[in-house]
Amino acid sequence: MSLNEEVEMLRNIPMFAKLEPSKLKLLAFTSERITYEADQLFFSQGDMGDAAYLIIEGEADVLVDTPSGELNVATLGRNDFVGEIAILCDVPRTATVRAKSRTVTLRISKDLFFRLVAEFPEMSVEIMRELASRLDHTTNQLRDALAASNG
Amino acid sequence: MAERMDRSMYRFVLKHSGRQQLYILIFVAISWPIGFMLFDVPKQIINRALGGEGPPFSASVLGVYNFVFEGSQTIFLVILCVFFLLLVIINNALKYHINTTKGRTAERLLRRLRYSLFSRVLRFPLPHFKRTSQGEVISMITAESEPIGAFFVGAVVDPVFLAGQLIVAIGFILVQDPILGVAAAALYPVQMYVIPRLQKKVSALGKARLREIRRLSDHVGETVSGIVDIHVNDTSNLELTRFADRLAAIYNIRFEIFRRKYTIKFINNFLDKLAPFLFYLIGGILVIEGNITIGALVAVISAHKDMSTPWKELLNWYQQQADARVKYDQVVSQFDPDGMLDEELQHTEPEGATSLAGDIELTNVSLVDEDEVRRIAGVTLNLVADSNVAVIGGGSSGKDYLALLLARLAVPTGGRITVAGENFVELPESVIGRRIAYAGNTPFLQSATVRDNLVYGLKHRPLTPPEYDEAQARDRDAAAAEATRAGNIAHDYSADWIDYEAAGVDKPEALFERILEIFDTVELSDDIYQLGLRGTIDPTERPDIAEAVLKARAAMADRLREPAYADLVELFDRGTYNTNASVAENLLFGTPVGDAFNINLLPQNPYVLEILRKSGLVDDLITAGRSVAETMIEIFADLPPGHEFFEQYSFISSDELPEFRTLLSRTDRRSHDEMTEEDRVALMSLPFKVVVAQHRLGIVEEELQQKILTARDRFAADLPEELSSAVEFFDAETYNAAAALQDNILFGKLAYGQAEGPSRVGALIAETLDDLHLRGSVMEAGLEFQVGVGGGRLSSVQRQKLSLARALLKRPDLLIANEATSAMDPSVQDRIAETILKVRGGKGVIWIVNRAPMAAKFERVVVFADGRVAEQGAYDELNRDGTALHEMLQSA
Repeated sequence: MSLNEEVEMLRNIPMFAKLEPSKLKLLAFTSERITYEADQLFFSQGDMGDAAYLIIEGEADVLVDTPSGELNVATLGRNDFVGEIAILCDVPRTATVRAKSRTVTLRISKDLFFRLVAEFPEMSVEIMRELASRLDHTTNQLRDALAASNG
Repeated sequence: MAERMDRSMYRFVLKHSGRQQLYILIFVAISWPIGFMLFDVPKQIINRALGGEGPPFSASVLGVYNFVFEGSQTIFLVILCVFFLLLVIINNALKYHINTTKGRTAERLLRRLRYSLFSRVLRFPLPHFKRTSQGEVISMITAESEPIGAFFVGAVVDPVFLAGQLIVAIGFILVQDPILGVAAAALYPVQMYVIPRLQKKVSALGKARLREIRRLSDHVGETVSGIVDIHVNDTSNLELTRFADRLAAIYNIRFEIFRRKYTIKFINNFLDKLAPFLFYLIGGILVIEGNITIGALVAVISAHKDMSTPWKELLNWYQQQADARVKYDQVVSQFDPDGMLDEELQHTEPEGATSLAGDIELTNVSLVDEDEVRRIAGVTLNLVADSNVAVIGGGSSGKDYLALLLARLAVPTGGRITVAGENFVELPESVIGRRIAYAGNTPFLQSATVRDNLVYGLKHRPLTPPEYDEAQARDRDAAAAEATRAGNIAHDYSADWIDYEAAGVDKPEALFERILEIFDTVELSDDIYQLGLRGTIDPTERPDIAEAVLKARAAMADRLREPAYADLVELFDRGTYNTNASVAENLLFGTPVGDAFNINLLPQNPYVLEILRKSGLVDDLITAGRSVAETMIEIFADLPPGHEFFEQYSFISSDELPEFRTLLSRTDRRSHDEMTEEDRVALMSLPFKVVVAQHRLGIVEEELQQKILTARDRFAADLPEELSSAVEFFDAETYNAAAALQDNILFGKLAYGQAEGPSRVGALIAETLDDLHLRGSVMEAGLEFQVGVGGGRLSSVQRQKLSLARALLKRPDLLIANEATSAMDPSVQDRIAETILKVRGGKGVIWIVNRAPMAAKFERVVVFADGRVAEQGAYDELNRDGTALHEMLQSA
């Protein structure tokens, strides 16, 4: 797996989709490639977030602690991007992510991410756009949910 | 009261070298008649052997003996000439002896002066250091005493010797012709009057110059220690200007001195040349009138030449003397502060085993510091023997001054302290320094190993002399005798100074066990273990450790084959390319020793270039280099120059980026042969830094890796003899002396990007070492870690722990900890304090605590406020509403 393939994968993530290839390459080059064996944790619910992960190969479970025990809310695979909320704002991890099998990831640290944003303002515009569209999406969901509960 | 330094340089010289000076003077006196004959004989050769009538011929020796010769004129000439030659030989032998004796005497004096200055620094009253700058003291003991030492060479002898020469020369002329003699010497009184007057001003300027130079060195010292503040406040312009100002002042003074010195020289030279004028004129008239012979006039003129040399030197000596005096006064006056510790207190060995385990009684003790601020105000306190006491209080409560008083780092200005019935103030340092341990919050560590720093508190005097062979023992005796002659201490520095008994062990081997125990007490073991893993050992000195490490390496290799660890480490193997090592490391396949194969400069090494050529790697590497350069330019071009990413991630620095850009366009579409050598090396050096697993650049693929492996073998096979010591190859069967202990155990590279890889491998190493009982060896290597200047290579927490360990190692009767754990986490502080109290087993501990809750562990609590004892008692008794302790606990 070379740098160029990582760049292609990053391009599939909406937040990074419109960035110039050279910026994506910088992001990929300065990020670490980390391999998790099965059952190793990316991070635990409640930790402070310090990085987001792009899954390059393998699968990982997203687990949420509930009063009735651990709940598997999703399984992530190749091309999935996880943990990005924690690098955009200072909130604790809302879930635990655990490797299901041997999983290779690209780890984008918060520190690195912010330094890049600071250096290239056009990145922040793209990210703003992406967040706004997510907000719009969740607002719609909320409205639908409210409409459903009222009706 | 401490003795004063000799205020006058001459008193110092005569007191400490009077006998040698006298000895030299005797030889000088012997040299005078010989000197006279050296003038006289040539004249007799001309007048009596060449110009005389005979036989019989006659020559006079010193005017007291008349030598009569009946033989031929030629033989008479030969006799006189041989006699002259003999005189020359004797004269030079005498001069040689006088000069070496003078040199030895002077060097001893300089050694004595420096020694006594330094020994006085050790006895300065502590507040004096607040006013004295390090830079000034250093410059006084080193640079300023040097010219004084140079002057010592001729302090007494030179003027006598030169004056003697002068008198001989004048005497000679007077005997030849009184009028000429008077004429030759007539101008000296004028010079003797004028020159000291001019010199006085020069001396005053010399004093000013010294003061300025001291300020300059002070400023340099301050800049070095305050460099951080200069950076954060952007005051470099201010500092440069201040420095330039001082340089300007020094320039002006120096130039003024220079000018005046040459004015003196000018006057002197002029007056000196007046004499020949008189000789030629008056002497010439006398010759014409037939009153003296030409021979006599020639002899007189040559005697005057001989006279003007000592006269000039005498003048030089006078100037040097004035200069040295100024320097001596200026230096010595700085080393006589009031309240200096008596020498006796420092050097007296305790009689018998003095113990300070006993009640500590402070009666109405007060301490007023040098700024007239009352820090301790009439404290009366009775601390029962072998109790542990926590002293708490606010920042200005005076609690830290109590610690200083109890360690006798401060002496009370009123009241009385007794410890175990002894008047504390009068106890020699040998008792206090051995029976009391003090650990402060910013401990000073020496720039030496961890071990040296630990046992520092056990080294009070040489105990076991080293084993010398006969020649060494002779040298040692001579060195001791010489030290005594120069008034220095005659101890043997290479002896074993460690007082094992004080540490509670009977032999050196047991000390190590004891140190390990103490490391556990202060929770320093893990730190030292880690330092040990990063440290190196000398396998020739410790073959046992090297052998054990090789066993550990084999055991490690077995463990790493287990599936759970399989991907964590990529082991070194001569036949395989290591994807977690850089291209350079893969090629070298060893640890560089010295600079020849410095990994960063490898592609510039001629031998490496030759190997690359022979292995057909040059083209591949240039192509790879182009590719790396293109990628780097693509990725980093948009970043502003000097961005931190360059240093962290880029293969090309921001300065070089534009150069590589033009290099690429310049060499585009050109064959590699057409490039300049410089361009080729620049491109080739880029892929050397590539670590395949980390950089994912896709440029060092299978085929290139195979070629590098071939080059690796060729590199080792063809390595010329003179370079063989510049690299330690990775070899599974041998210990690599140049690599760290951990690298020797691992014998491979940590795999890049394995989650928790380093910590899992670390745990595995620890497990393996424990299985093989090797932990001790690693700790030993850790003890050899160099802590750096002021302990700078250790963290502040490690420094505090080391300082506590040192205090515990000497098993003092009383341990004083002055906020000694302040840099640590609160929970660690509590734990360490508790362990220390347990380990002390009831022996005295006084702990100035920085957090009130720590006091809970102690039998007794003393609360300080405004330099007074606010309350004291058991913790539980005091911990109730309305007490000062309670208030502090609430606010903590």
